[in-house]
Amino acid sequence: MLTIDNIVKQYATHRALDDVSMTIERGKIFGLLGPNGAGKTSLIRIINQITAPDSGQVLFDGEVLQPKHISKIGYLPEERGLYKKMRIGDQLVYLGRLKGLSKEEAKQRIQHWFEKMDMQSWWDKKVEDLSKGMQQKVQFVATVLHQPDLLILDEPFSGFDPVNADLIKNEILELNSGGTTIIFSTHRMESVEELCHHIALIHQAKKILDGPVKTIKNNYRENKFKITCRNQGSIPLPESNLFTIISQQIIENQTTLIVQIAANKSINDVLSYLIPLVELQHLEELIPSIHDIFIKEVTASVNPNSY
Amino acid sequence: MNKILLIIQREYLTRVRKRSFLLTTFLIPLLFIGMYATIFYVALHNDEPVTTVYVVDESGQIANRLTNTDHLAFVQSTQSAEQQKKNLEKEKEENHAVLLLIPANIHETQTVELYDTEKKGIQTLRTIEAKLNDILKVDALKAAGIDLQTLTNLQTDVTIKSKQLTVEGEKDSSVGAAIGVSFGLSILIYLSLFLYGNQVMRGVIEEKSNRVIEVVISSVKPFQLMLGKIIGIGLVGVTQFILWIFLSVSFMGAISAVMLGSNEGLAITTSPATNTEQSIHPTNTEENSKIQSVLESIKTIDYGPILGCFLLYFIGGYLLYSALFAMVGSAVDSETETQQFMLPIIMPLLFTYMLSFSVLVNNPHGSLAFWLSIIPFTSPIGMLVRIPFGVPMWQLVLSITLLIIGFIGTTYIAARIYRVGILMYGKKASYRELIKWFKYKG
Repeated sequence: MLTIDNIVKQYATHRALDDVSMTIERGKIFGLLGPNGAGKTSLIRIINQITAPDSGQVLFDGEVLQPKHISKIGYLPEERGLYKKMRIGDQLVYLGRLKGLSKEEAKQRIQHWFEKMDMQSWWDKKVEDLSKGMQQKVQFVATVLHQPDLLILDEPFSGFDPVNADLIKNEILELNSGGTTIIFSTHRMESVEELCHHIALIHQAKKILDGPVKTIKNNYRENKFKITCRNQGSIPLPESNLFTIISQQIIENQTTLIVQIAANKSINDVLSYLIPLVELQHLEELIPSIHDIFIKEVTASVNPNSY
Repeated sequence: MNKILLIIQREYLTRVRKRSFLLTTFLIPLLFIGMYATIFYVALHNDEPVTTVYVVDESGQIANRLTNTDHLAFVQSTQSAEQQKKNLEKEKEENHAVLLLIPANIHETQTVELYDTEKKGIQTLRTIEAKLNDILKVDALKAAGIDLQTLTNLQTDVTIKSKQLTVEGEKDSSVGAAIGVSFGLSILIYLSLFLYGNQVMRGVIEEKSNRVIEVVISSVKPFQLMLGKIIGIGLVGVTQFILWIFLSVSFMGAISAVMLGSNEGLAITTSPATNTEQSIHPTNTEENSKIQSVLESIKTIDYGPILGCFLLYFIGGYLLYSALFAMVGSAVDSETETQQFMLPIIMPLLFTYMLSFSVLVNNPHGSLAFWLSIIPFTSPIGMLVRIPFGVPMWQLVLSITLLIIGFIGTTYIAARIYRVGILMYGKKASYRELIKWFKYKG
């Protein structure tokens, strides 16, 4: 769907994107992660043709990005904005027509979305008369009105209450199952794990991580387990370097252990050591969350010069 | 192209539909007409009631020679001075009158006394003084042995009939009226460049601070948005002008008709108020004909070139300046930050505007006037002021060509800064910053 090749974007004194490449597959939800100022917005602006890269190129369905692709992309910027004094209906028609819809088409689709999202009475209202959450809904409709193939959502859930956040999430999933590719830029890691198939992490203008969510999480497995068992006393450590106990918590006759298994051993080795000693109740591998991976990568690669 | 039309349409319609647009469109001509009507009315119908001046003339030579004016009716009193004073008090309520006491030795003392029940307006004093002066002067001249015939011959009244030599021969040049009109138009250009330029700037700031800008420019190029905004607001300006001209002309026509009509009526109705047979008709019709001659000369102005140039220079100047205003709007986060950039933009206009009242009019063909009417930043005002004095064709062509090049230049520069500026938040832009933005690629 979208291939980003060696993009470099230089602003006067700082480099916003340094040789960034990634591929976004059709029909996937792609999470674009990174701390503030990492270069996410710069990249999104290049994909939207708001700015141009200094070098490198973006291919849309194999073609170099050009003005005709604008109507195939929908963009919800992080900083939302609408014309305050303009009526909602007129405003959506205007934005839809800027994306190439005809007036009638735009009106029809707006009606459809208004019904779907329970906004029927809003047509003649002005943006300034709506609450922030309501404005966000209007903004979302404006983004998807022209049925883009590629939807770029920058922090789509900010400003929504839990009910509406859920509503929007379901709309996003529905669009995705209808074939829309989605680039999803956010700091909210729990929504990343819930929604994204694939993520890329940008930090200090460089891409530092890229891959399917499952693979990445697998790669970050640290061979840590949480074991809950019933026993009378503390568990004696094995003589060999089978595992080390990171933490141990005893509540009444129940012990919860978090163990780090040695590199060349497996959980089965640990179990065969433990089974004669205790009565196992629960076993769980501790897989790092995207949140942990994010924190780990970002803090690990802190550039000493920048702080 | 289609998208620019959409933007123009939105910019135009949202502004024209505003209540403030309707208000200014109708109120400004009304205000203007109101002023015009008031001045007209005050000038013609000085509302002061006719004051009766009872004259007690002890010399017996003066009173019969005092002629009535619009506001003064002289009545030779048959009563004594003391008696008359008492009468004034009595009459005070229904008829305001004053008493002029001319002593027997008026020719030597040149002093008279004026009795009044209230303080007199300076105008009454002046009029009486002037009339007495004239009479005494005639008497003095007569005493010196000059006869009346010579005296009337001595009265001179020079009027300059201005004729301009052109290829077609002599023609009446109503320069005064033409200057007035082009002055008015250059003031209009000056004000409207600010008015609409400011609207462009505010529109840009609004989009930027609303953050709607990012949504819009993910659909259209920043340049399209800027141009669409400039053209849309320009059309609002043109619409407003056309409505103003149309409304003004129709109001003015109506009011002129009413004024002239009632003025003639007044001439007849006021005469009975004065209890003498002396008529005040001559002065009134004289004023009437003056007004008519002014109206005539306004009508005889060759409007074609002036209005044509006005339109050309308004459009050219507007495009040139509004691009700069858009640039300023894109560089700031709020209107309060615009000051530092506004000054250099306003200066050339303000400079020309102020000079237009002195240098340009006094020396319309001097080198300062020439340059001001050629340089694109000042020519919209500079040239417009010069046009009634006759400007060679080549200068006009040069000036307009440069204006076109000028606005293409400013639009290019402004667009390059605009496309970067609209996405910059929270950064106080300096001139150095603007130059940096200008150099950014793509």
